[in-house]
Amino acid sequence: MSPSIVVDGVTKEFSIRSTRTLKQRVVKRLRGEEVVHSFRAIEDVSFDVEDGESIALMGLNGSGKSTLLKLISGVMRPDQGRVLTRGRIAGLIGLGAGFHPQLSGRANVYLNGAILGMTEAEINAKFTYIIDFAEVGRFLDTEVGHYSSGMQARLGFAVAIHTDCDIFLIDETLAVGDRPFKRKCLKRINDLRREGRTIFYVSHNTNQVERLCKRALVLEQGKLGFDGPVHDAIRHLHYDEDEDPDAGEV
Amino acid sequence: MTAPAAHHPAGPLAPPGGAGGLAEVFRRRYLLRLLLRKELQVRYQGSVVGLAWSYVKPLVRFFMYFFVMGILLGLNRFEDFALHIFAGMVVLHLFTETLGAGTKSIVRNKSLITKVQLPRETFPVSSLLVSAYHVVPQLIVLAVMALVYGWHFDPVGIGAGLLGLVLMGVLALTVALFFGALNVFYRDTQNFVDTISIFITWSVPMIYPLERIYAATERGALPDWGVQLYLCNPLAEAVLLFQRCWWTPAAEDSATAAREQMPSYLFERGFISLGVALVLLYLAQRRFTRLEGSFAERL
Ligand SMILES: Nc1ncnc2c1ncn2[C@@H]1O[C@H](COP(=O)(O)OP(=O)(O)OP(=O)(O)O)[C@@H](O)[C@H]1O
Ligand SMILES: [Mg+2]
Repeated sequence: MSPSIVVDGVTKEFSIRSTRTLKQRVVKRLRGEEVVHSFRAIEDVSFDVEDGESIALMGLNGSGKSTLLKLISGVMRPDQGRVLTRGRIAGLIGLGAGFHPQLSGRANVYLNGAILGMTEAEINAKFTYIIDFAEVGRFLDTEVGHYSSGMQARLGFAVAIHTDCDIFLIDETLAVGDRPFKRKCLKRINDLRREGRTIFYVSHNTNQVERLCKRALVLEQGKLGFDGPVHDAIRHLHYDEDEDPDAGEV
Repeated sequence: MTAPAAHHPAGPLAPPGGAGGLAEVFRRRYLLRLLLRKELQVRYQGSVVGLAWSYVKPLVRFFMYFFVMGILLGLNRFEDFALHIFAGMVVLHLFTETLGAGTKSIVRNKSLITKVQLPRETFPVSSLLVSAYHVVPQLIVLAVMALVYGWHFDPVGIGAGLLGLVLMGVLALTVALFFGALNVFYRDTQNFVDTISIFITWSVPMIYPLERIYAATERGALPDWGVQLYLCNPLAEAVLLFQRCWWTPAAEDSATAAREQMPSYLFERGFISLGVALVLLYLAQRRFTRLEGSFAERL
């Protein structure tokens, strides 16, 4: 087996500017206060993901999960270390990015598909699948601005999940849409997994994580606190101690 | 779906995001085409006059220059004054529109840039193409106007016009990339750019002919090197090339006009300017790539 994601000693630092205007900055400087604080959202994280593996990424709010995903998708660059990937990356991140409310559902499917890296031929080939999946067929030529928020989310979801890819990143709770839709999404993700695509899944939902992944990473304030079997990761996070508010959900 | 049961990505491990740069924009030209179409579709949606706005604004400015500068201040004492203004406006419009829209383009598309990996140069390039799209109807109006003024076909002039347009396009893309990236870090950039746009209008032979610059030197109002400095401005060079295409061939004695109203070595200057502009474009692209690394966290 060969790795499809290599994260090697990666650190990502954000600088937080407490001031926006030049005047404020000068005043602070004169008082001898710090103008720029730097803050490590990811600190010296290393791991490999094998080709075809499904891996969960867990951690409390603000622990750096989304940041790590952005480093893997290439939206952000690491300050130290390196990120290497193999093959095409897609995922449920920034769903419906680039949707324009004044354009029709049809035009938005094409636009969003192109943004996610699909070619014209690819979108043509998948168009009916996407529309069927989103179940917005009747409203195809209506402006997306007039869709309900659930419908918009479903359309974004449907496009993203049909992107041909080798690595699939998920950073959004599957909370969009109604229950049947959620079930359909999980099934589709399961299919992707069975087809042998690498899945990188950020979630707080222990049920879903256990169902989809064998291995899990836990981030703790930007550091890799745990890397191993899902059950142990959940114990590590103490997510097993109290009643899971999500239990019973799909 | 027809994905194979065993899915194995090909190729080596590499940093995500690909090579990037302008070449990547070209590789993903389908995306560029759709973004462009969206921009054009959305811009005039719900407006009654639609695309006509792209004629109205330059037309209003044209009449302002024509009456205030030409008639009231008496700048119109040279041949085909109106044609001279309009030809200059059309080619300069490509630059100022791209500069304005390109500077804002990255910040305006922050929802995309912070979420999806795509070549970020797409947005400045798209600003250039939107401006170029609007230049087309203006060129048609210009051609009709030139014919009315007695323009005749002149292959050298056409060559000058094309060179001027390409030079202007390269310069426009250069500033769009540079200021677009800078605007992410300093939002003052937008205001700075608006301010220099005013200055640009007066720094090229559009409302006044090049003659005036020479005349000012002879009067002693400008030092001798002032003319050379003026001609070093690649924007002025692009406008002059455009005047050589549309304005001098319409003159009564077009051969004399081409000789006397244009600087010596017009084409040599044009090609040198284009070379310099391409080097600047390369540098702007490199700068953009450097700054791009922190777009997502700073937007
Ligand atoms: N662009 C940015 N500039 C400054 N700080 C940032 C930026 N993006 C994220 N951060 C900080 O980095 C830390 C990690 O954020 P991140 O979004 O990765 O957390 P997360 O683990 O995804 O949290 P959640 O579970 O809420 O989604 C947070 O403290 C956040 O404030
Ligand atoms: Mg997050």
